[in-house]
Amino acid sequence: MGKTISEKILSTKSGSDARAGDIVISPVDLVFMQDTTGPLTIRQFKSGKKQTLAAPRRTALFIDHASPSPSRQLSNDHIFIREFAAETGCMLFDAGSGVCHQIVAEQLARPGDVIVGADSHTVTVGALGAFATGMGSSDVAVAMSLGKTWFRVPETIGIKVTGKFARGVGAKDLALYLIGTIGADGATYKALEFIGSAADDMPVWQRLTVSNMAIEAGAKVGLFRSDRITEEYLKSQGRAHEYTPIAADSDAIYERIIPVAVDKLEPMVAMPHTVDNTTTAMSLGDIRVDQVFIGTCTNGRLEDMAETASILKNRKVHAGVRLIVCPASRKIYMESINASHIQAIIEAGGIILPPGCAGCLGLHQGALGDKEVCLSTANRNFKGRMGNPEGLIYLASTATAAASALTGKITDPREVL
Amino acid sequence: MASAILKGRAFKFGDDISTDLIIAGKYAHLRSNLPELAKHAMEDANPDFVKLVRQGDFIVAGSNFGLGSSREHAPLVIKMAGVSAILARSFARIFFRNAINQGVPVLICRTDGIAEGDNLEISLDQGLVLNTTRNENYSFTKIPPTMLNILNEGGLIPYINRHGDLKL
Repeated sequence: MGKTISEKILSTKSGSDARAGDIVISPVDLVFMQDTTGPLTIRQFKSGKKQTLAAPRRTALFIDHASPSPSRQLSNDHIFIREFAAETGCMLFDAGSGVCHQIVAEQLARPGDVIVGADSHTVTVGALGAFATGMGSSDVAVAMSLGKTWFRVPETIGIKVTGKFARGVGAKDLALYLIGTIGADGATYKALEFIGSAADDMPVWQRLTVSNMAIEAGAKVGLFRSDRITEEYLKSQGRAHEYTPIAADSDAIYERIIPVAVDKLEPMVAMPHTVDNTTTAMSLGDIRVDQVFIGTCTNGRLEDMAETASILKNRKVHAGVRLIVCPASRKIYMESINASHIQAIIEAGGIILPPGCAGCLGLHQGALGDKEVCLSTANRNFKGRMGNPEGLIYLASTATAAASALTGKITDPREVL
Repeated sequence: MASAILKGRAFKFGDDISTDLIIAGKYAHLRSNLPELAKHAMEDANPDFVKLVRQGDFIVAGSNFGLGSSREHAPLVIKMAGVSAILARSFARIFFRNAINQGVPVLICRTDGIAEGDNLEISLDQGLVLNTTRNENYSFTKIPPTMLNILNEGGLIPYINRHGDLKL
């Protein structure tokens, strides 16, 4: 009987014949935390009897959520994190490095790894064939100390993606469409595995967007196979030697298979206040926007910067709209400068923020005023998410966000392309 | 822990109560000052919650409670506010595990018959919720054995400190 990617990875790691529903103890290949979950994680770690890291060089701390810090208290949390890194010899990615999930993709995650992070979007690097999942501070503290954790092996829902994206439609639209279809709890406790010709053809930057959103359907992991495209990506990051192929067996058991023909997809929008509250940009009617935010672990990659620049080039952001753009890592920022994307965005009237999570979770750098509308390329639009329960957050692709920055209302990008 | 009868009043919430509604990201600067952070528990879902809740009371919600972030502060501030168990039709995965790791019972059961302010008595052993206001019983799904062992030690860190290792 064949195995899904989750069953294969957890079998290899746990040294057992892991099948959906089994409970296994698995070694952990990478464990990380960020600056809003890190202090509690470190305190949980320090309240344990064993206070040494199992693998300091595979333990990473990121200062990205409040970076640079907007307050005295968060600055003190950053000091606490830096001191812990110095004490233990683990990796530290300080303010300005970028969003943890992007750096994990660029530098740390390997196909077949088991990765736990104290951040729900740890699922992002499922795009590289890693069994990567978000956990709370206690679980991450124990993984840091013991080098292992326990899992219930998830059942897998196969998302069979076929066809080719139409112009102006992409991975974010696929993710929003899928979550709108199965619901915000449609994959709770399950693995999502993206199969089919369109998944196999998808470049890594798009796979990262899709995997990133898996948690918004409640999934434990969002996996793509590791293949030639993965190999090319790792090579481009100077990590060709870390490539290993991984795919589900042809007779793997899926709980169910959901077909999605991407050629029929249209630009999608999630409306306040849940990610599964979706519709098409075209059918939305006139929604005026006060702020457009392009960035985050969902859509802050080089290709997002390029798409934003190409839509804005020689045009101006609509009067009264704040366009905030945030590259997801220092590497992306540098490459975007070198390719003149940043210049095009600034000339159009956009604001560039330093690599990090920016206003995504409402700490700083773009909190909403009462009744203000933000169109964001992030992954969450929960009430209160961007610092104000009276703010209204819509989610969409980078193309839809850039187009809307030009028109001042939520706009199907095919109208301006 | 498992032999206790829990008694308290129900505070009712709807579906899809996110971790942002439980404890908003804008309070991240208070995460190293937990007593201050806990004053904002459930604030964007019910601004009066912290003022009204008493030690032992229950949160009673619809489906997908705790969706969103991995912040363990979410079950932690609920516990610090005095809540002794959370009942919901279903829970988001990370929240469910975090609550157990913080020693907070999370019980999956039908909640539509429970109204705000109802008095409940919960027997963790018997898997039963008694609504003494309405004279009704509801049974809840048994917590899986791996997690029950952690809950019975009061959470994951106390469990590891006692056993020295993860055991299935």
